[in-house]
Formats: sequence, structure tokens, C-alpha cells
Amino acid sequence: METILFYVLAVVTLLSAVFVVFLRRPIHNVLFMILTMIGLATLFILLHAEFLAMVQIIVYAGAVMVLFLFVIMLLNLEEIDFPREPRPLRWGFGVILSLAFVVMLFPVIKRIAPTITSVGQSGDMAGAMSNLDLIARELFTTYLLPFEIASFLLLAAIIGTVVIGRKLTRN
Amino acid sequence: MDSALPLLLVVIKTLLVIVAVLTFVAYLTLLERKVLGWIQVRIGPNRVGPWGLLQPLADGAKLLLKEEITVASANRVVYILAPLIVVVCALIPFAVIPFSKGLGLESLLGPVADKFDLNTGVIADINLGILYIFGISSLGVYGVILGGWASNSKYSLLGSVRAAAQMISYELGLSLSVIGVLMLAGSLSLVQIVEAQDSVYKWFVFRQPLGFLLFLIAGSAEIARTPFDLMECENELVAGYQTEYSSMKFGLFYLGEYAHLLFLSSMMATLFFGGWQGPVLPPVVWFLGKTFFFVTVFVWIRGTYPRLRYDRVMQFGWKTLLPVGLFNVMATAFVYIIWLQYAS
Repeated sequence: METILFYVLAVVTLLSAVFVVFLRRPIHNVLFMILTMIGLATLFILLHAEFLAMVQIIVYAGAVMVLFLFVIMLLNLEEIDFPREPRPLRWGFGVILSLAFVVMLFPVIKRIAPTITSVGQSGDMAGAMSNLDLIARELFTTYLLPFEIASFLLLAAIIGTVVIGRKLTRN
Repeated sequence: MDSALPLLLVVIKTLLVIVAVLTFVAYLTLLERKVLGWIQVRIGPNRVGPWGLLQPLADGAKLLLKEEITVASANRVVYILAPLIVVVCALIPFAVIPFSKGLGLESLLGPVADKFDLNTGVIADINLGILYIFGISSLGVYGVILGGWASNSKYSLLGSVRAAAQMISYELGLSLSVIGVLMLAGSLSLVQIVEAQDSVYKWFVFRQPLGFLLFLIAGSAEIARTPFDLMECENELVAGYQTEYSSMKFGLFYLGEYAHLLFLSSMMATLFFGGWQGPVLPPVVWFLGKTFFFVTVFVWIRGTYPRLRYDRVMQFGWKTLLPVGLFNVMATAFVYIIWLQYAS
């Protein structure tokens, strides 16, 4: 049952990712990108990473994509003004890039390959501790320094946006 | 296939909850019109059925029989999708709201009672309940934005731009106001939050008064109730994103709005007023009583306050609500840690 669910969700996610690239109306692209994000979140749930799934939905599907949609709505982009005839150079470039990405991912895939068939095992490992407790514990003990650095970076970015976004009212 | 029976029972339970929610939502419209009537020294609906009790049915039939208009220049798919998103995102959060303690069906269910939370008063007791709720409610914004955009009308677009900006801003305040409760309860599961409030003085409204106030304000902005209903303001935007919708598609937006109201009230009962906890009466009665108390409070607010100005709403959200919410989180954490130190 879990396997069937996995394949259905994976197909939906991948198909909507393909639509993001190939549809021509920007608003449809954004809608399918939202679907991709939600699909990824459901895959996280199947991997028993519920916290990650919820964060994926809140941050990506809920906040980031709303801004995408907002911009596209306000600019009222209809069809992309790209030339319709296929450009061989662009295609070639795209294929080379994606192949390079696969090669880059190869070590990762090779490492996790044996465990792909045993989805659903990781949940038992957590045992009594819930997902959230586990993540919090790791984040504030093992990975405390990177966490603090990241939060500092975010704070700097927030202040940066406020400074840039402020209207200069100097006479 | 020994999991087929519990699965079927889960489906039945879910359907029962959905039917109950939809019935309450229908009668909520009557409640709102009655209470608003009393506030304005009117009688309210009293023609259809005794005391207007059949009014929701009449409204529903009317909405179904109205002509279905799709604007010629609308983006058809998105236009139909938008009300569906709104309704779905308003209904599925009810899955994690605990409406009762146990259902007391051990003897009836037999060995399958322990499976899939069948015997508990909640559809799914997931340990990230609050995050789930915020996730779904952040998706609900899409219904409003897309509805306004797809209608291809300037009122609708303006309304949905307002709605999106307001909902995103107040969602921050809403989530900040809940963090205090989460810290004190030590869990994100709504079932455990309710269990942490097992006597009246432990209700989080007494330990988190500021959080409750923030939740009330941010919540009513999030569901766009009257002081904050600038996105559908009749006199400048002609109902905003709903302008071009008619018949049952409009009905779905309406349904979503009232389901949100019911949901927010039940959240307030659950997070701050002990959920189903209470003496003598059965838990479900306590839960529904508290929920409808807050529904009435929202109607009362609508009957009392005028609509705010849009720039002031945004300013309040970012410059008052957010800092106060942050302060509440910090103060709660500080006091809680000191209390832990001295308690042990």
C-alpha cells in the first residue's frame, strides 16, 4: 500500500515538475510548482519526516509561492514572450546541465540506493521520541553553531530588506 | 486485509464529522443573522420555518438554483478551482481538532478500537497538529488570490491583492501568538494541549492572556471578519474577490468563510479554554458550547466595530501585533525557564 502511494505521489510530483518547465502561461507554471511542492511534502510524510513536510508546505507552498503568484498576477503576464521555435543551442545546454546534475548526484544515489526499498523503517528508529523532539535536539546540540550562523544570516537579510525597501525621505 | 474494516470505520467517522461541521456552518449563518438582528434591534429571519430555523435550507436551495455565470474573459480552470481550494482548506483542518475525550466505543469496536485513533474524539491525533493547521491555512490563501485573479476584473484583483497581503501579514502574528501555548503545553499536538488544561485555573487563557488577545485579533484578521474585512468591502470593492462569482461557486466561498469562522472558534476553545474539558456535562457539549460562545463573540464584534482603513490594518499588523507577539514569546520563555529552575 505504501509502495503504491509512493509511486502515485512520485508520478504526480514529477509530472507537475515537468509541467512547470513546459507550460507557457506563467500562472500555470506557478500553480504546477505549488503542486510540486505539495507533492514533495507528501513524499516527506511517507519517509516519516512529518516536520520537514509541514515546514515544506508552510514555507515553500504557503509563503514563497504566494509571492511568486503575487508578482505574476500584478505584472499580468500572459504568454511568455519567448520565441516559439525551438532553439537547438538552448536544448543542448539544458541536456548537458541536467546530465551534469545527475553525475553530481551519483554518489548520493549510490549511498542511499540499498535503503530505497525499505522506506518506512526510519520511523521506528525515532521510537518514543517524536520527529520534532529529535530535530530540536540535534539542532541545538550537534548543529548549534551552523544553526546560529544561519539565523544570524537570516537576521541580516531581514534588516537588509527593510533598509532597501525603505523610502528615502531626505530633502 | 484486516486493515479494511478500521479503514472503513475511519472513513465513516470522517464523514460524520464533515456532516456535523457542514450542519453547524449552515446554522451559523442563521445564528449570525439572528444575533446581528438583536444587536440592531431587529427580529432577524423569522419567515422560513419556526424562528427562521429552515432559513439555511432555503438559502442553500436559492444558491443552487441561481444562474451559473462564468465571466467570458475569465481563466476558466482557475476560476472553478479557486472556490474548491477555499472550501477544502477550510474543512480539512477539522481533522486535528479534538472534539471529545474518548468515544466510549470499546465494546462496540472490539479489537479494532486502538487502530487509527478510532476510539478517540479526534480524526487524526498527529503530533504536529498546530503546524498542520498553519500549513493548510497558508494554502487557503491561494483560493482567494486565484479567485480574484481568474475573474479578470479590477475589483476582484484589487480585493485579492488586499486579501493576500493581509492574510500573509496576519498569519505571522497568529503563529507567534500560539507559540506561548505550545511552550507551556510542551507539545504541538492539539490532544495533548487540551490534556494539559485539565482544570480551570490551568486554562491557557489565564497563563497566556496576551497570547489570547493576539490570537483573537490576528485570527479575526485572518478569516477577514468585520473590522478587517477590507478585501470584500462592499462600498469600495463590491465584494472584492467574490464579485464575479455567482450561484454555488459563490456559495462555496461563503461556506469556506463560515467554516473558517467555526474553525477559528473551535481553535480558541481548544488552545485557550480547555477544549472539551469541563465538569458534569459530556465533553462534546463543553466543546460545542465553548466553540459557539466564540462564534457569538465574533458576531458581536461584527455588530459593534466599524471597518478599519486598509493602511492602518497593515500598519497595525506589522508594527504592533508582530512586536507584541515577539515580546510575548520572549517573556513566556523567560518566565517559564525561571519557573522550571525554582520548581525543581
